[in-house]
Amino acid sequence: MPEQLLFAIEVTLNGLMAGVLYALVALGFVLIYKASGIFNYAQGVMALFAALTLVGIMEGQVPFAHLINAIFGTDIHHFGWHVPALAAILLTMLVMVVLAWAVNRFIFRHLVNQEPIILFMATIGLAYFMEGFGDLMWGSDIKKLDIGLPQGINTWIDEVTYNAFGYGFFIDNLDIVASIIAAILVAALIAFAQYTKQGRAMRAVADDHQAALSVGISLEFIWVMVWSLAGFVALVAGAMWGAKSGVQFSLSLIALKALPVLMLGGFTSIPGAIVGGLIIGVGEKLFEFLVGPLVGGATENWFAYVLALVFLVFRPQGLFGEKIIERV
Amino acid sequence: MLDSSEVTVTADGRRIGGVLMDIRNITLRFGGVVAIRDTSFDIREGEIRAIIGPNGAGKSSMLNVISGFYHPQEGEIWFRGEKRPPMKPYQVARQGIARTFQNIALFEGMSVLDNIMTGRLTHMKTGLAAQAIWWGRAEAEEVANREVVERVIDFLEIQHIRKTPVGRLPYGLKKRVELARALAAEPKLLLLDEPMAGMNVEEKEDMSRFILDVNDEFGTTIALIEHDMGVVMDLSDRVVVMDYGKKIGDGTPDEVRNNQDVIDAYLGVAHD
Repeated sequence: MPEQLLFAIEVTLNGLMAGVLYALVALGFVLIYKASGIFNYAQGVMALFAALTLVGIMEGQVPFAHLINAIFGTDIHHFGWHVPALAAILLTMLVMVVLAWAVNRFIFRHLVNQEPIILFMATIGLAYFMEGFGDLMWGSDIKKLDIGLPQGINTWIDEVTYNAFGYGFFIDNLDIVASIIAAILVAALIAFAQYTKQGRAMRAVADDHQAALSVGISLEFIWVMVWSLAGFVALVAGAMWGAKSGVQFSLSLIALKALPVLMLGGFTSIPGAIVGGLIIGVGEKLFEFLVGPLVGGATENWFAYVLALVFLVFRPQGLFGEKIIERV
Repeated sequence: MLDSSEVTVTADGRRIGGVLMDIRNITLRFGGVVAIRDTSFDIREGEIRAIIGPNGAGKSSMLNVISGFYHPQEGEIWFRGEKRPPMKPYQVARQGIARTFQNIALFEGMSVLDNIMTGRLTHMKTGLAAQAIWWGRAEAEEVANREVVERVIDFLEIQHIRKTPVGRLPYGLKKRVELARALAAEPKLLLLDEPMAGMNVEEKEDMSRFILDVNDEFGTTIALIEHDMGVVMDLSDRVVVMDYGKKIGDGTPDEVRNNQDVIDAYLGVAHD
């Protein structure tokens, strides 16, 4: 096989892996949007916050250490213990559930029946609040996150492809693990939405609030549940991204990449978020590889948005978005 | 008037029992507007109770008070012999009170079957964790609930549309699906808000038959609001008449038909 083609295949595979992470962030958006009609701008910051909390708990960091030191003139930073990864993940999840509850209790309960734009503005406020809060709680330095996932080149794939084509593919182990975890997560979420009592209630709430109330569904319970789920998805996305490139505040900017993913996949579709993420991931890597050299590179910055624009013109509901059925 | 303590048998052989719901001195205000003024009536087990009245009489408001969507400023609601604290709509539903809406509130994106299955939510006991871990039990529960739903589907003759998304259905069928969802909850009290509004004669006849059959076969207590006087008189055991937020008549259809206040409210009074 020609070297160019092999290289293109490798780029595609790496694009798929990057797409998985986009898809994970987009998934968090879809969950909340479906159930409550809120476009949660803070989803990316939630991923950052989850990753910060995960590192903080694992490293035994003292929360609000800077604040405490500033007020009391002390000099504390760490408790001096290390929490195993699994326990830290469970504790972080607990924090995300509390966050979900607090967001609904203190923000959205007071905004019931408001315009979508107002709910959206509230999430922008939430995003900046959480970014500052995360900074205050855990500090703003870049942190290394090691939850014991395998990292580095997968030598098996490298060897097999080298023996077959004379060219070894470079695939990162972490990307493979991330893809598997994401696939399991998505399958679990779809099964949850389709086959469980709470999943059915979630779909009902997404469809009609009044009707949901009349069949005995508590809207507040469903909203807290959905925000918790979105928090869980954010935790997975944050942990994966953090393990890959360190936990840093630029993580929250990934949220912006999720926007074109959503326009492509449709704001209300779980499979859409996945497929959209993969298309954007592969698309931007391949585009950079094929067209990048002709236009001076750095196409990854804008390719996703242009693709989303094209979709907005020709298929505004996205690939999997709900068609609006209207009887006249 | 019937004595509230004894069980009576109607002419067509249905048993009507004691008081299921007692509505006492309800007053509901929206700002300065009084929607319901000091209104009391009761609903007895097994009966079909109609609430009628001209537009703006407070009928729908009354139904919304019973189902927890509105909270009255004054008055009490007693259900199954107990005074009910202020409740949210979902709590009312969990007490065994199901309802339909005047403007149909269905889950348009979900299939007919899924819509009716949501009616079973109050009967599903298995928790979230148990469903994730103990799949077998959740499955058994799902099957049991599915059986109830299938019975309701057969009963209302909507087998042919069970997989259809509700958004695609014509109006009359939507009304029937909404009734099916309420029935699937096996309610102790079924509230119907204008079940025949906007229907043609044939659809109205169908719906009347279903309402009578539900009451007859399942013994479900039904409280309904209706505009069409003829329909109400044929269907119901007892009728409450409201006008300008007040109760102006209460009794059997014959009693109500001959009540001068009711005639005035419906036909207008000559001012001389």
